[in-house]
Amino acid sequence: MEWTAIVMQLFTGLSLGMLYVLLALGLSIIFGLLTVVNFAHGAMYMWGAYAGVATMAITGNFWLALIIAPLVVGGYGLIIEKTMIRPLYGRDINYPLLLTFGLQFIMIEIIRIFWGTSDHPFQAPDSLNMPIEILGIFAFPAYRVFIIVVTSAICIALWLFLEKTDLGLIIKAGTRDSLMVKALGIDMGRIWWMVFGIGSALAGLAGILAAPIRSVFPEMGIAMLVECFVVVVVGGMGSLQGAILSGIIMGEAIAITTLFYPQMADIVIFLVMAIVLLIRPSGLFGKAGLLE
Amino acid sequence: MQKQGWWKQLVEIVSKHPLIFIFLFFLIFPFIVPYKALATQIIIWGLFALGYNICLGYTGMLSFGHAAYFGAGAYFTGIVLIRFWPNIWVGLLGGFLMGGVMAFILGYLCIKRRGIYFAMLTLAFAQLVYFIAFQWVDLTGGDNGLRNIPAVSPSFFGYSLDIHQPLRFYFFVLFFVILSLLALNRILQSPFGHVLQAVRENDQRAKSCGYETNNVRWLAFVISGSISGLAGGLYALYLHFVGIESMYWTTSGQVVMMTLLGGMGSFIGPFIGAGVFLYLEDVLSGLTSNWMIFLGAIFVLCVLFFPAGIWGTIKELSTRRKNGGR
Repeated sequence: MEWTAIVMQLFTGLSLGMLYVLLALGLSIIFGLLTVVNFAHGAMYMWGAYAGVATMAITGNFWLALIIAPLVVGGYGLIIEKTMIRPLYGRDINYPLLLTFGLQFIMIEIIRIFWGTSDHPFQAPDSLNMPIEILGIFAFPAYRVFIIVVTSAICIALWLFLEKTDLGLIIKAGTRDSLMVKALGIDMGRIWWMVFGIGSALAGLAGILAAPIRSVFPEMGIAMLVECFVVVVVGGMGSLQGAILSGIIMGEAIAITTLFYPQMADIVIFLVMAIVLLIRPSGLFGKAGLLE
Repeated sequence: MQKQGWWKQLVEIVSKHPLIFIFLFFLIFPFIVPYKALATQIIIWGLFALGYNICLGYTGMLSFGHAAYFGAGAYFTGIVLIRFWPNIWVGLLGGFLMGGVMAFILGYLCIKRRGIYFAMLTLAFAQLVYFIAFQWVDLTGGDNGLRNIPAVSPSFFGYSLDIHQPLRFYFFVLFFVILSLLALNRILQSPFGHVLQAVRENDQRAKSCGYETNNVRWLAFVISGSISGLAGGLYALYLHFVGIESMYWTTSGQVVMMTLLGGMGSFIGPFIGAGVFLYLEDVLSGLTSNWMIFLGAIFVLCVLFFPAGIWGTIKELSTRRKNGGR
């Protein structure tokens, strides 16, 4: 096999990994602060893609869709947290999980009612539809480069937000000990609300970014959700570095097995997970015993 | 007041003697549902939810991977009947054992973790099993499912009984449901059953009392998986077919929904949950293709306002009235 084909595949794996990173980051900050496992995350990803489809149908502008999709899904997340998840704080930790699990069916059916059950074609804008040549040997599809750039920018922005702003400091402190932060006179309810919104918006962004390279259909989030759980578990629950590293590892693992042994492509991430958990039970960056 | 008293007493009697009540009710059950196959479907899924309930309701482990054990039981029963030995008892025994073996293996990998980690791990490993079944076309039929499971009849000491008539098949399934109920009742009332509930209430304290809680949970997981496997086997016989989606994680989700709808930690709850779920599915899918939106909404409302489920809420209401009356 030619080594250029391998490099191309590694690159494709990186762009797939970036989608995992976006989704896993959203899941992970929500879990880290709120201790809520968001089972509706896959459905939110799907809503992001459909928000893009709707915006494209009305305006035909991809860049507008790219901004509107995360806003719509983020806003939806804010409503859900306020109306449904908030009453469950203080109850058994499984209840928010079960609630969001039920919620995803409602979200999928709403899409089926308005858009039907079939695939929706989604075109990337022409400016991103050409290959980018590097050294005259590789021709990377520009859209995949775009995904990598956007996700890297989001990761850096998120890092700056958490490290350099007061709000970020509060979120980090709340992840360690939210009771103590509350005792210092900070309204944690509002912080939780906001973080749920940010996490949902990241899922929406992943959805619109994925729309041109993966097909858009109502169940697109169901399989994606499980893959993201695997990414988060391998990275370590609630760890952002873990989510990023593990997302990239999983993207590459899938890409490489697709090249050499395609039958294993669906299975490989679960095997990686089993191996990682046997060696490090709490994931790559996880702290043992967090909320068990 | 007279009427309330009657109602209250009924709930009290039923919750004290669930087995007798379930047995009597299921004898007349096929005659009060719209068609007999629905009754059969309800008790098969009820059995699955009952097995699942050992995990969630009695031991407090939220598994999201029971489709793997249900599916493994269904496939293995089908494979035994098609390839090895067209004997219905052997097939079901195979399904029962296969569910247990799968739960034994996957349980080993998940059981050390608690709470949501456990939920996510069981989910991920069950998906692994799904993809293996999906790829192993020679054995499972892959995407097409396992077809042409022979309609064999059970024989008792040389006397063969044709069960391929809806009502007879219902009672054939009911036999296994009653058998499982009796076995689980025995297990839960044994010292082991009490340890299970101690683990659910306080894992640390149970450990301090000298119980190897991980092994206790593992054993409960295997029992739960075996019952799920048996339910899977019965489902394969019922459909003469095993679809690949029986192993998908939405099947696990369905049994979680049924158990929660009905009420955790009781014998009656899972059957009520399965009954309500499947009956609503039957009615709503006749009205609209988007029936899942109603079931999703009912489930969300149930989590928000009636976390004890239908049976748990009925019990709560009856005790509250009793105390309020005095």
